Order: sequence, then structure tokens, then C-alpha cells
Amino acid sequence: MNTSLVESSSVPPTETPQEISRRRFFEKLSIALVGLCTAIIGLPLVGFIVAPFFRKVPEKWVTIGKPDDFQIGKTVAITVTDPSSLPWAGVTAKSGVWLRRVSEDSFIAFSANCTHLGCPVRWLPDAELFMCPCHGGVYYSDGKVAAGPPPLPLFRYDVQVANGEVQMKQAIVPISTTL
Amino acid sequence: MIKLLKTVWRWLDDRLGISVLLSPAKHIAPQDAKWWYVFGSATLVAFIVQVASGVALAFSYISSSSQAYETLLFITNNAPFGSFLRGLHYYGASAMVLMIGAHMAQTFLFGAYKFPREMTWTTGICLLGFTLAMGFTGQLLRWDSTAAWSVVVAAEQAGRIPIIGDWVARFILGGNTIGGATLSRFFAIHVFVLPGMMFAFIGLHLWLVFRHGISEPPVAGKPVNPATYRAEYEELLKKSGKPFWPDLAWRDVVVSTLLIIAIALAAFFVGPPVLDKPPDPSILAADPRPDWYLLWYFGLLSLIPERIEGYVMIGFPILIGLFLLFVPIWNHKGERAASRRPWAIAMAFLSVIMIGALWWEGQHSPWSPNFEAQPLSGKVVRATTGPVFTGAQLFHDKGCLNCHLVEGFGGRRGPDLTYIADELTHDNLVIRIVNGGTNMPAYGPSLKPGELDALVAFLETRKHSLRRQEQQTETASSSMAATNE
Ligand code: FES
Repeated sequence: MNTSLVESSSVPPTETPQEISRRRFFEKLSIALVGLCTAIIGLPLVGFIVAPFFRKVPEKWVTIGKPDDFQIGKTVAITVTDPSSLPWAGVTAKSGVWLRRVSEDSFIAFSANCTHLGCPVRWLPDAELFMCPCHGGVYYSDGKVAAGPPPLPLFRYDVQVANGEVQMKQAIVPISTTL
Repeated sequence: MIKLLKTVWRWLDDRLGISVLLSPAKHIAPQDAKWWYVFGSATLVAFIVQVASGVALAFSYISSSSQAYETLLFITNNAPFGSFLRGLHYYGASAMVLMIGAHMAQTFLFGAYKFPREMTWTTGICLLGFTLAMGFTGQLLRWDSTAAWSVVVAAEQAGRIPIIGDWVARFILGGNTIGGATLSRFFAIHVFVLPGMMFAFIGLHLWLVFRHGISEPPVAGKPVNPATYRAEYEELLKKSGKPFWPDLAWRDVVVSTLLIIAIALAAFFVGPPVLDKPPDPSILAADPRPDWYLLWYFGLLSLIPERIEGYVMIGFPILIGLFLLFVPIWNHKGERAASRRPWAIAMAFLSVIMIGALWWEGQHSPWSPNFEAQPLSGKVVRATTGPVFTGAQLFHDKGCLNCHLVEGFGGRRGPDLTYIADELTHDNLVIRIVNGGTNMPAYGPSLKPGELDALVAFLETRKHSLRRQEQQTETASSSMAATNE
């Protein structure tokens, strides 16, 4: 077992200083070249992998229906499809959003993500509460925290009524809670 | 013929060096390394099962956000042996986690991480980390509703990291939201990056096992002294060592065979985990939960006070990781025998109890509302008309029952209200419902006139005395019915 612990040097004992400096030079040259190769291959590779950080998605308005499709005072689940999704996203391009028609021309679009850890909150129409299945976070109908661990009210997306249509700014997963 | 084969073998062996390559298997090891020493090889065998079943699954699995679910359905329901293979991969992962746990506990309690095997332990801890990461990413490749929402939860957790949190979260999601880029990156990590790291670290771990030898079972009163340990170990091997193959290895083979049989039986009879709904993020009736080996962490995060939650979420894994990595650095000599290391026993014992208890809590998750709670039956309500009856209905409709138990029905998020009227007066009940509490919404603004009275009327019947009365009447009437018969 221990034989391998004895370090042996392969450098012949009789070497001139020139030979040594030549060897050091080759050593450094080789290390530098390996570094260069790593950079040539590695940088584009890392860039490709971390690209999602920098993918600026144009914020588009998405039409979600006509105002009359929604009753005043009611909160309903709507499905929004990401207009800038990748072609192979399939069903994952969809997002669920809770839409509340507050008055004639005012709407609130709540992100379905609990502000605690992102689980999908459910609307209990009779109780007029949003409830989270993960750790029991509860929100009032206006999205304010009613109970449980969520630190912030439900995230709201921009909604507007334009040209007789209710439109919403694309649903992203809000990363709202920080330390 | 045999002669010819022997000649061919000798030629191949000479040119390829097969015997030399396998010679470490015959290294001399302490003869007392018996049944306690089988967990490491069992972990390796579970890993091999994972590689084999994973490669096979990859023949049919498509790592595309839109198609993975369909391919999983195909593998499970149509492909010959598909369900069995998925089962193998799932129970193989479970076995691997269990065997790592046993291997760690044994190494820790035997003090085998001490000089000169510190880095053997440290590389093992890295392998533990990779294995858990494999478990998590593997659960996500089971690309159903739970998986998609688990990605969101992971991203939200990562989002709490100071400064770079948002970036990391976007990296996990593969953009601003779940979508086409999400699954393929987890696939790449699960199938290429992590296994690559694991192969490298398993190689290193095994190399260190050969380099420093299998630790001999500890003897109380014989502490490790780095100055003399190596010579003593050599001496021991010379005196009573046995070649690892086959004198000691046969036990590993027996246990590994039993392990494979257990994995195969579970895969065949219990089957793979059931697929949830499709990974459509617009389906909001989802309840994401980690697989069992991370359930304890889910439990921990659910039970710690919210104020410190963020710190625990990020700090706890880092602290545990650092502790495990550096244990052998500051504790590298001295007694190895568990009987002389009460703290080691206490720590191992506490870890098991803690993880077990948190796992149990995670499994039952009393903090989660019960969305399936059905309206209370007439037997529990003890009224068929009037305000008590209406109150019981409201108790269900307003979501009270999602969080409160009444005679065993409902949720466990809040207090059990079976006998609440024994504790709270009429006025207190009103105040509680209207204003809410620390963990209860204020119902005042959303209750219509009359609803509050009905709810209170129902809750006021939740008394020991009233329930007893009801039970007595029931017994009396049933015994009367029996006599009449
Ligand atoms: S994720 Fe909603 S309460 Fe924790």
C-alpha cells in the first residue's frame, strides 16, 4: 500500500541550468496553451449555458378576452400563452393567472405563484380567499396576505382594457422574495 | 481447444494488461472487515443499476418540454419492460440514498474518516451531494405537474440567495418562466454533468480506498496516532491481512445481490411512481412535493419560523455541507471506537431521529390545508336544519374545514375545533372569526349578515358534554333496536 506514497522524481539528477530553464519554459508554454484551449472551447460554452440570464424577452401585451367575459367581483383562472415561447415548449408555454374584475373597467391579474415559495395558489370562491397547498399561505381577494408564511402580497401583472379587449403583460414567474 | 483459449487469453492479457488492471481487487485488507463494510460497494452497485437503467430509459425518453410527458406515458404503459425500468431507476435511486446513509453512518461511527483517510471521507461527501442533486433533477425529469412546479419552487428558493438570487432563479427556470428551455437543461445536468462528476469522484474515492487501505475495525483504547498509524496498519496487514478478492469481497457480492433483488422486486410489484397531471403550468390544482429523500428538507422549511426561514434555506445546507466536509480535518486522530466517542454516537443518533421526524412531518405535512375536505356528515353536525346546520355548511364552504379538524374530519393546519366551545365563549368565537389570528384570515369583511351567527351557532355545539349526550342517545337507541329485534 505504502509504496505508492513514496514520491519519485523523473528528472535526471545531472542537468545543466540551461536544460532546467528550457524545461521550465516548456512547462509554462504547455500550461498556457492548455489555458488558451480551455478558453477557446469554454467561453462560448459557458456563454451558451448562461444565455437565459441575458435573454431579454420583449414584454408583450396578451389579449385575454373581452371585458364582458368577466363578471364584476368575481375571480377566475385564465390561461395565458407565452407569446415568445420556444417552439417546442408545448403545454409549458401556458401559465395560469387569477383574474379579478374589480369594477366596470378595472381588473387585477394575480400571479398564481405564492410569494412564499412559488406554489400555485387556489381561489376558494365561497371563502373569497386564495390558499396555498404547500405551507398553507392564505391571501385575501385583493392579494394581501391573510395568514401563513407568505411575506408579500400576491404579485400583480399589468392589465389594461384597450380596443374593447382585456390585455395583460406576459406572465413571468415573479422571483419576489429575497433574504 | 482449452489450450487455444488459454493461449489467446495469455496474449490478450499480456497486451491489454487485464490482470494488472484488476490486481488492486486482490490487495490485502484487514480480515475483520466483515458485514459492516458492505455498504460502500452496495452504493456502487446501486449506482451501476442507475447508469444501466438510465441509459435504457434514454432510448425512449425525449427531453423536450412538450414531449417528455408523452414519452413517459409511453414508457410506462406501452413499452415492453418500460414500467419495470422506470421502477428500477426509481428504487435504484432510493437504494443508493439509503446505502450512502448506511455507509456514512458506519464510516462515521467506526472513526474510519480519521487519519489517513480524511479525503476518502471528503470525496464521499461530494458524492453524497451529487447523489442528492441527481435525485432532485431526476424527479424533475419525471416531467409532470409536480415536476414543473418543483422547478418553480427550486427557483424561488434560489431566488433568496443575496445578490445573485434572481440570476440563479432565471437559470433554473431557463428564462423568465417555465418553458421550452426548462427541461432540457435539467436533462443535460442529470444525464451528462452530474454523472460525469460522479464517475470522476467515484474513481477518486476508490483510488483513495486502495491508496490508504480499508480501515480496520476500531478497538477501544487504541487511538489513531498519525505518527505511527501507517506502520501499525502495515504490520496488521502482514500479520492477518487477507486478499480483498475473494476472501472479503464475497460478502459485498452477497449483499449487492440482495439489494438488486430488492430493487427489482419493488420495481415489479410496487411499480414506478405514478405520473401526475401533465406539466401544464396553467393547471393550478397542483401540490408539488419532493420525493422521499428530500421530504425531510421540505418538512424543515415548513416548520422553522418564517423570520429565519430565508437564512435556514440557504445557510443550513451550506453549514451541513461544510461541517461534513471538514469533520475529518479537525477530528483526524484519537479514539476511533464508538464506545469511546459518546458525542459521535449522540450525533449519529440525533441525525437519524431529526431526519426521521422531519421526514414523518413532511410526509403528513399538517401545515398544508386539506383541499379535499368534504362537508361534515349529519352525524358530526348533529342537526339537519337551523343555524347549526347552516353554520356547519358555511364551515366547509368558507374553507374553515381546510385547516381545522372537527371530530377527525378536515385539515390540520390550525387547531382542532372538536371541543372549541369548551375553550372559547360566544364573544371570543365572534372576535376570533371576525378578526382572525396569527395564522388565520379575518373573516369579518367577507361574511354576509347572518353567516357569522350561523358559524358561531355551529361552533357552540362543539362541546364535550353535547357530544357525550349524543353518543349516549346513540347507544341507547341502538340497544333498544337490538332488544326489539
Ligand atoms: S409556497 Fe405558499 S405557503 Fe409556502
